[in-house]
Amino acid sequence: MSELKEYVAIADRPEGWNRPAPRAPLDDDGDGELLEVAMGPHHPSTHGVFRMDVALDGERVIRLRPVFGYLHRNHEKIAEGVSYLASMPYTDRLDYVCPITNNWAYALAVEKLSGLVPPERAEYLRVILGELTRFQNHANAVGFLLQEMGASGTPLMYAFREREKILDLFEELTGARMMVNYMRFGGCRVDVSSQWLDHARKVVAGMTGFVDEFERLLASNEILMARCQGVGVLKADLAVNAGVSGPMLRASGVGYDIRKVDSYGIYSRFNFRVPVGDHGDVYDRFMIRILEMRESIGILQQALKDIPVGPVMDPKAKSRGFRPKPGEAYGRIEAPKGELGFYLISDGGPNPYRYRIRPPSLINLTVLEDMCLGHDVADVVLIFGSVDIVLGEVDR
Amino acid sequence: MKTVEEIKTAIEAALPEARVELVSNPSPSWQHSLRIDPGHALAIAKFLRDDADLKLDFLSNVTGVDWPDKEITEKVQVMQTIDLTYEGSDQTTEEVVEETRKRIEPGYLETVYHLYSVEKKHGPVILHMRTVNRTDQVELPSFTPLWRSAEFQEREVFDLYGIIFTGHPDLRRLLMWDEFKDHPMRKDYVEPDDFEYEPTAHDEVLKRAEAHRAALSIPAGGRV
Repeated sequence: MSELKEYVAIADRPEGWNRPAPRAPLDDDGDGELLEVAMGPHHPSTHGVFRMDVALDGERVIRLRPVFGYLHRNHEKIAEGVSYLASMPYTDRLDYVCPITNNWAYALAVEKLSGLVPPERAEYLRVILGELTRFQNHANAVGFLLQEMGASGTPLMYAFREREKILDLFEELTGARMMVNYMRFGGCRVDVSSQWLDHARKVVAGMTGFVDEFERLLASNEILMARCQGVGVLKADLAVNAGVSGPMLRASGVGYDIRKVDSYGIYSRFNFRVPVGDHGDVYDRFMIRILEMRESIGILQQALKDIPVGPVMDPKAKSRGFRPKPGEAYGRIEAPKGELGFYLISDGGPNPYRYRIRPPSLINLTVLEDMCLGHDVADVVLIFGSVDIVLGEVDR
Repeated sequence: MKTVEEIKTAIEAALPEARVELVSNPSPSWQHSLRIDPGHALAIAKFLRDDADLKLDFLSNVTGVDWPDKEITEKVQVMQTIDLTYEGSDQTTEEVVEETRKRIEPGYLETVYHLYSVEKKHGPVILHMRTVNRTDQVELPSFTPLWRSAEFQEREVFDLYGIIFTGHPDLRRLLMWDEFKDHPMRKDYVEPDDFEYEPTAHDEVLKRAEAHRAALSIPAGGRV
């Protein structure tokens, strides 16, 4: 009981601190005794090493505290000690499911800082690879969500089968399936061959069939609907206030997509829609990912049709002795998990003076407790899975 | 969207007592920012969030920056009286002499906030805030009561830089463990020879620890 008192004291909040009121244990729900459970750091549903200290009244969650840092390696400090380019391969290891978009966000920030402009073909390549990454990340996220729901294996393996085709494309182009280290400041490392483009077109042509099959398999599944609908509801105003971004924000009914808002790169040229949910529950987050996969296919088809020939590097870019002028820049992109930003301060030297990553995975977890309070402990696994995080990015 | 200058004027019109300074950014990103004084920071932030033209409802990014004490060497021109003997007679002349002086510019810690508006779809508006120094006056007001997204990010800045956010409801370390003493992202941070009580059995580490012990005159085997 002493634990509960402490919690109430923390939640006894100043004006405007919009945290949900703590749920007192119900009088008719057992004798009010609390059970504290540490879920993690080696719980199979935590996607790595992450701990949730949960206080339970019976099965009901009345407090949840996330504990971070098990994978912390102070990437930001390491990056301050090496040159700008030397951090590029390290960004692959942040969100290791989507290395391309990490590369892109970092390259974008450095390009803002130094004024380099990638050529047309490189911009197209970035969009193609970025959308391939988004597609495989969303397939993955849905697969893992179903895995955590108890659908052992099958949906995840469907997703992995499709992901493998995309990783083959990455391997063919960059030499690595996941640690691609592909982008450079002012362009891309290597150009694609026409064979690669044909291969990519073939993979993209098969994607619609995959999404149709995947959706038919899952979306109207009775168990999935029973477990997901109305669970872990996140209201739109709280989502915006808590800095939630990406599919999670849009599932709550906020049509905010940085590809549309900032139209970084060449996204303004493509025709695509931004799917928005209306309940903000786990089911909406699942469905938004399916719909975004469809939009990604549309963008991929347009980009693969229009890709021009030409160089893939800005001729002004230099790989040695790269020293941006003093100043600062914040570059952000719509990564598959949300707003991924890099904030850089240059003092004119070869290393960044300050190198900061805005990790969408970490900030989306701010509202984890709000979504879980009052639900059963089995739903915590599900709600956590629907946030879609990677611990490499949360802890950095 | 309003320019930074217009936002500055708007803040000064709404809150006449608040001090706001324009920080220009010479890099090609042209992301200029505003330095606000911590005393009125909450009022300014509330104005930016609720103002009908700005509606900055989305606090995207909170960054800590460390600016350590800087030793500045500068050349100053000083008038000097020189006595000299010229052709047998004493003369006094004044001459301008260059003198090298050193002064120490005190360091400070800084937080940087990137604000966007989801409703109006504009941004970023960048705010800077400075602490008085790096040692004992490191308090800054917390923005968590206004934007929940600051909750974990301010905990991270507290953890890695040691800035104390007053008004934060749950200010604990985020990434390092609770017993950890120092703030690793500071520029003058020296990592301990060993994070555990038992020294790691690597010759290099043991040698380094011995050197530190000798420098601090700690008996052999004592904890550095």
